[in-house]
Amino acid sequence: MRQEFCRTLLEFSACRELVFLTGDLGFKALEPLSQAMGSRFVNAGIAEQNMVGVAAGLAKGGLRPWVYSIAPFLYARALEQIRNDVCFHNLPVVLVGNGGGYGYGVMGCTHHSLEDYGVLLTLPNMRVYVPAFDSDLQSIICGLMKVNHPAYLRLGLSEQPACLDLVPYAPWRHVLAGDGPTVAFVGPLAGNTLDAIRRSGMNADVWLISELPFDRLSDEFVASVRTSGYLLVVEEHVTVGGFGQMLAYALLEAGVRPARFVHRSALGDSRDPY
Amino acid sequence: MKPELYLRAKRRLLQMHYESGVGHIGGNLSSFDILMTLYHEVLADEDVFVLSKGHAAGALYITLWSTGVLSEKDLQTFHKDGTRLSGHPPLSGIPSILFATGSLGHGLSLASGLALARKLKHERGRVFCLMSDGEWNEGSNWEALIFLKHHGLNNLMLIVDLNGMQGMGATHDIADIAPLADKFRLFGLNTVEVDGHDWSSLATALRSQQRGPWAIVARTKKGHGVSFMEDRFEWHYLPLREDQYRQAVLEIGTECAKNSAEPF
Repeated sequence: MRQEFCRTLLEFSACRELVFLTGDLGFKALEPLSQAMGSRFVNAGIAEQNMVGVAAGLAKGGLRPWVYSIAPFLYARALEQIRNDVCFHNLPVVLVGNGGGYGYGVMGCTHHSLEDYGVLLTLPNMRVYVPAFDSDLQSIICGLMKVNHPAYLRLGLSEQPACLDLVPYAPWRHVLAGDGPTVAFVGPLAGNTLDAIRRSGMNADVWLISELPFDRLSDEFVASVRTSGYLLVVEEHVTVGGFGQMLAYALLEAGVRPARFVHRSALGDSRDPY
Repeated sequence: MKPELYLRAKRRLLQMHYESGVGHIGGNLSSFDILMTLYHEVLADEDVFVLSKGHAAGALYITLWSTGVLSEKDLQTFHKDGTRLSGHPPLSGIPSILFATGSLGHGLSLASGLALARKLKHERGRVFCLMSDGEWNEGSNWEALIFLKHHGLNNLMLIVDLNGMQGMGATHDIADIAPLADKFRLFGLNTVEVDGHDWSSLATALRSQQRGPWAIVARTKKGHGVSFMEDRFEWHYLPLREDQYRQAVLEIGTECAKNSAEPF
C-alpha cells in the first residue's frame, strides 16, 4: 500500500505547504517523493521523538508536515510529542504509520501495530484513517491535504477480494447486503473477512469502516443490527480500545442490544497471555 | 534595559510567587536575567521564542508584563482556577507563547521545526529556545541537536540556563553532563559561555553576528539574588513564607545595583 501512498502523495508534491519527514525509512518506496519535493523532503534520521516535535514546529510555522515511519516507531516511541506538541495544539500534522496491524507479520512483535488507533483516539483532536484498498488512498489523501487537525493514516496490506465490486470510498461502506449476521470490520481485512464469509455460507450484511472515531451510527447500520440480532466485529487491533468496544458502547447508547456479539481481535492487551 | 524596570519586575515576580504560594521560584530567578535581556534588548518583531523549561513560566509572564503584553490584572490570576497563566505555559490565549511546555525535552525540537519552517518559506527572523541544564538528561534533546546541526538551522539559538541544579540535587551528583559547552562545540554549534546574570555579556552573546546554529551556555545561580535560595535545589519546590518574601525583596535591590553600575 505504501507504493500507492507514494504515488498518490506525489500528485500533491507541488503544494508549497507540504513537508514530508521520514524516520529514515522508505527505501525503494519514497524516492520519487524525495526527488519531487527537494528540500521539503526531510530525512529526520532515526529519531522519532524529535521528528514529531519538529513536525509540530513546522505546522505552527504554517506548513503541512507528513511524518512517516513504521507504525509503532511513530505512535509508541513519540507518544508524548504526539500528545503535547501535536494534539494539544490541534496542529495539522499527518502521522503515517506503515505496517498497520500485523502488516510486518513475521518480522516480529516489535513491528506489530495492534494498539495504535486505540491509544491515539484517547488524544484530543486526533482522527484516524484506515484505508482498506489501494484505491481508497486517493480520497483519503485528498481529504488530508485540507484538514486542520492531527491525523493518523494507518497503511496496511491492500487485499482486494475476488468477486467484489468496490463501492466508492466512504468512512463507512456497506460492502455486501444480506439478511444474515451483521459484520463490521476495520480497514484492510477485506480479503480475509469476505472470503471467510463467503465460505461460511452465511448471508451476512457486511460493513467496512475506515475512519475513526465515528460521530453517530447510521440508521441503516442500526437497522441491520436490530434485524439480524447478531453482530460480528473483526479488526487487527487488541480488544481494549478497539473498534469493537467503541461500537458496543455506541450501540448501548443507541439502545440497541443484539442477542449475539462476537469480537474477533488481536491478542496482546493486558488480559492476554503473550 | 532600565534598572528600575528590572527591579520592579523582579519584585513583582517574588510577589506573584509569594501570593500564589507556588514553588519553582529558584529556577525562575536563574532564568530571569536571560528572559528580561532577551525581550528588552534582543528580540526583533520577526523573532520568536520557545520556553523549553516550562517551569520558568512565572519569569516569562513577568517579562511579558514588563513589555506590556500581559496586564497587572492578568498577573493577579496566576495559578488560579480558570487563569491563562497556569504553572506552565498555556496552549493558547497569549500570542507570544506558541507552545504549552512543561514536560522537558520538547522545546528544542519545536524550535527546530519553527526554524526549519522559516528557512523553507524564506522568512526572516531568528528562533530562540531557553532550556534548563537538567533538561539535557532527556534523550530527545540530543536527537534535536543532531537534527538542527545537520539541517543547518543557522536561524536557531539555544540558550541553556546552567544553574547546576535539578530535581533532587546538583546535576553533577545526579546525571553529570559537564562540560556541556564542549559537547555543543563537538556537535558543531557556535558556542559561547557567559555569565547569565551579566546583562551586557548576555546581550552581546544573544545578538551574535556569527553564523548559527548557536548555543549560549549561561552560567546562572538557582534563586539568584536571594541569599538563602542561591544554589539550593529545594527552592525548585518551596513556596515563600512572609518573612522570607520580605527578606528576598530587600536583597534583590542590592543585587540589582551591581548590574546597573554597568548599564548598556
